[in-house]
Amino acid sequence: MLFDYVLHLADNQVIMAQRLSELCGHGPALEQDIAITNISLDLIGQARLLFQYAGKLDGRDEDQLAFLRDVHEFRNVLLVEQPNHDFAHVIVRQYLFDEFNFLNYQALCQSKDEDLAAIATKALMEVKYHRRFSRNWMLRLGDGTAISRQKMQDALNDLWSYPGEFFEMTGGEEILAKAGIAADVASMKPTWLANVTQTVKEASLVIPEGDWHQTGGKKGIHSEHLGHILAEMQFLQRAYPGQTW
Amino acid sequence: MSTNQDWPLWEVFIAAKRGLSHKHVGSLHAADSEMALENARDVYTRRKEGESLWVVQSKYIFASNPEENDAFFEPAKNKVYRHPTFYELPDEVKKM
Repeated sequence: MLFDYVLHLADNQVIMAQRLSELCGHGPALEQDIAITNISLDLIGQARLLFQYAGKLDGRDEDQLAFLRDVHEFRNVLLVEQPNHDFAHVIVRQYLFDEFNFLNYQALCQSKDEDLAAIATKALMEVKYHRRFSRNWMLRLGDGTAISRQKMQDALNDLWSYPGEFFEMTGGEEILAKAGIAADVASMKPTWLANVTQTVKEASLVIPEGDWHQTGGKKGIHSEHLGHILAEMQFLQRAYPGQTW
Repeated sequence: MSTNQDWPLWEVFIAAKRGLSHKHVGSLHAADSEMALENARDVYTRRKEGESLWVVQSKYIFASNPEENDAFFEPAKNKVYRHPTFYELPDEVKKM
């Protein structure tokens, strides 16, 4: 149960990182290219710590967990596997995720599981900066030109059905949360929504209507995008098993 | 990369530790001071280069003209007495 939970946390970070790594060399400007790659590397670092911890519970090593599982075994939320599409989508996706990642790690700093608390404490510092970066770009582009505003609103409309899944809890997660080990994500929704609403308003954007949301990622039911991500991410270990740095 | 050309150039200064002076490390493009600071953080402090950052728009730096170097700097060359080399520096003074 703890293994599945840690794996879910790790998968969120590694798939988000893999998506961002696609932008390496393709950022809109050199400085943003480096900024986004930095965030990707931070998330890979967090994923490694989490995979190593999951591996201690399960016996597999971090490479086996990252590179030798198939789509249905991944437990990441659906938002992080959504395509880059354009810079507006990259920023909106990042911001919605960062606000959640921040609250989630903040709660995990108090976890009774010492390993999780230590990982969360380290990660929280990094995510604070990610959130600052993506939030500032939300404001900059939302409150920028008519074209940038429209692109941001389109991205927000496209992605708005995904964050609802952040706050769904699996059965195992509920038991772990009661024991003070997992974060009680369901309780974070009002804070997350208040923070996001504030930013969206400041950015002269509008929160899309409707509260229906996509679901499935945490149970291993993914969009068609994840298979393509894994095909690239796992190629080396699949083609040349056991390769190391 | 066309947007890159629209953004002004900024010079970046880093202090490695508290108490040390800021040193010029390079330049970058950014739309405003906030973005310049974030870009400087991402481009120039990835390997723990410092604990304090200054950014200043390049156009605000007024530089000496290399062609006037003789008049500007030559007279200082033969005035060794201006250097504090005739003092014994106490051990307690670490950074001079």
